[in-house]
Amino acid sequence: MKYARRSATAACVCALLVLSTSCGGGSTRSSGRVPASNAQAIAVNGGPQGNYANGLFTTVTVCVPGSSNCQSVSGVLVDTGSFGLRLLSSAVSTISPSLPQQKDVTGNSIFECAQFVDSVVWGPVKTADVSISGEKASSLPIQLINANTTPVPSGCKAMGPAEEDLSSLGANGILGIGFFNQDCGTACSVSGSSNPGFYYSCSGASCQITAENPSLQVQNPVGFFAEDNNGVVLQLPSTASAAKLTGTLTFGIGTQDNNALTGQQIFRPDNFGNLKTSFMGQTYAGFIDSGSNGYFFLDSATTGLANCSSSEKGFYCPSSPASLSATNTSGTSSNTVEFTIDNASDLFATNSAVAFPTLGGPDPESFDWGLPFFFGRTIYVAIEGRQTSAGSGPFWAY
Amino acid sequence: MCGSSIPRLSCVATVVFFLTAPFVTAVPALAALGEDQSSINSDQVHLKASVRSVPHQFYSVQEMETSAGTTIRQFISPQGTVFAVSWQGSAPNLEQLLGNYFEQFVAASKQQRSRRGRGIHIDDGDLVVDTGGHMRFVVGRAFLRSKTPTQVTGDEIR
Repeated sequence: MKYARRSATAACVCALLVLSTSCGGGSTRSSGRVPASNAQAIAVNGGPQGNYANGLFTTVTVCVPGSSNCQSVSGVLVDTGSFGLRLLSSAVSTISPSLPQQKDVTGNSIFECAQFVDSVVWGPVKTADVSISGEKASSLPIQLINANTTPVPSGCKAMGPAEEDLSSLGANGILGIGFFNQDCGTACSVSGSSNPGFYYSCSGASCQITAENPSLQVQNPVGFFAEDNNGVVLQLPSTASAAKLTGTLTFGIGTQDNNALTGQQIFRPDNFGNLKTSFMGQTYAGFIDSGSNGYFFLDSATTGLANCSSSEKGFYCPSSPASLSATNTSGTSSNTVEFTIDNASDLFATNSAVAFPTLGGPDPESFDWGLPFFFGRTIYVAIEGRQTSAGSGPFWAY
Repeated sequence: MCGSSIPRLSCVATVVFFLTAPFVTAVPALAALGEDQSSINSDQVHLKASVRSVPHQFYSVQEMETSAGTTIRQFISPQGTVFAVSWQGSAPNLEQLLGNYFEQFVAASKQQRSRRGRGIHIDDGDLVVDTGGHMRFVVGRAFLRSKTPTQVTGDEIR
């Protein structure tokens, strides 16, 4: 994740999405007779700092387990490219001291070095009740992002730059609702060199990589819901460059009237979480990721699209809009996607806009169908091992 | 993988050699970006990886698979310098791979403050770093223009 810097004029758009989620005191869902409210408002609105390009945000409510001691957090990035809820400790400062710290058998505190593509986030693993729309994940392991009390260990720093605050994250947190149940999985449950080093056992400031059972790892909140827990559906309208875009995140697939599969194609990923994307006669690893803020694919030499100059590094800046197509395949499913890449410098010069359907940039050797791909589509993300009318997850459907 | 308009013998060679693994030979270890191959002594031990070497027309590639499931390739010039590295799979120890350039990479990525959300593209004239992917699957590459053989284009480094 990295974070759009936009002019201050966009800052006013981020105040929406204050949901009236009750914090425990109200009546919770009845035992199955009445369906839960499973629809959550989402928005491309610039985020907490008002300047995040193509960032999709929502609000979550976090409570001390089993209590009515809660805090609502807006400006949380909705991310189908990661797994688990991470919140800036500073964004839940009212209740964070009361959230139970996960400890190992020796009494050491469990911390996490969560590895993203371009960065790491460091902080303690805590337990919380997390509510989104009418759904509730009880006693969910989450990560708080906080490098103040226990410094980032050198082994974590070696993975990449650490993002520790609102300024570097551009969001109050990340809601990882992709198709895996945990952020790491079985790879982190073993000791030794094959452990990729997400989880640490800390005694004071002394931290060592530790094996962490998948059931204790930071979990996809959706999988922890009592119902509507087999996946999510994201729906956003098509748009030209816009100052705001609103849509709906619906929990469950085929569990209620508002989340049925209606003949969409099913794209099952490989073990790394990728489908196949063909472009100009070659096949690449592809994936669909609401947490990426553009179409990111290949490089300038392969695509023929010019890189932007220094002020907008990381994006393409073709001299005129480029109409392209690429084909996603998985099993017998195949879909050719037509898309356009505009000059990012020109797009960002559009003063009030934070939603850009034609934003793209390079991505080494892969095809990242980021947030613009979600505009004008309804995209289903089914969680691994969970049943749907189209078979078991994991899969994308659109 | 080896697309685009430029005919590249090296790409053909990549495919052929990867399909004919018995031709590759074991080498002792790998160096970090910009280091001399002869100074190598730590990466393989540090990363606990198995290594194989693949010759190309204008350079050679040492490829290793770490036990954490990351494929790492180091590109070595005829002069014996590691002019590029690439990685794919679980996030690697970038400090080990980038060596003396790691701090430069971290500083540049923090300074960049671009609008890019996920992935990094850094180009300071000599050091070029690209990363992409998603949680549990990271792809990236880094190369030094000053040490890259003139016949090699950036998109060969993958």
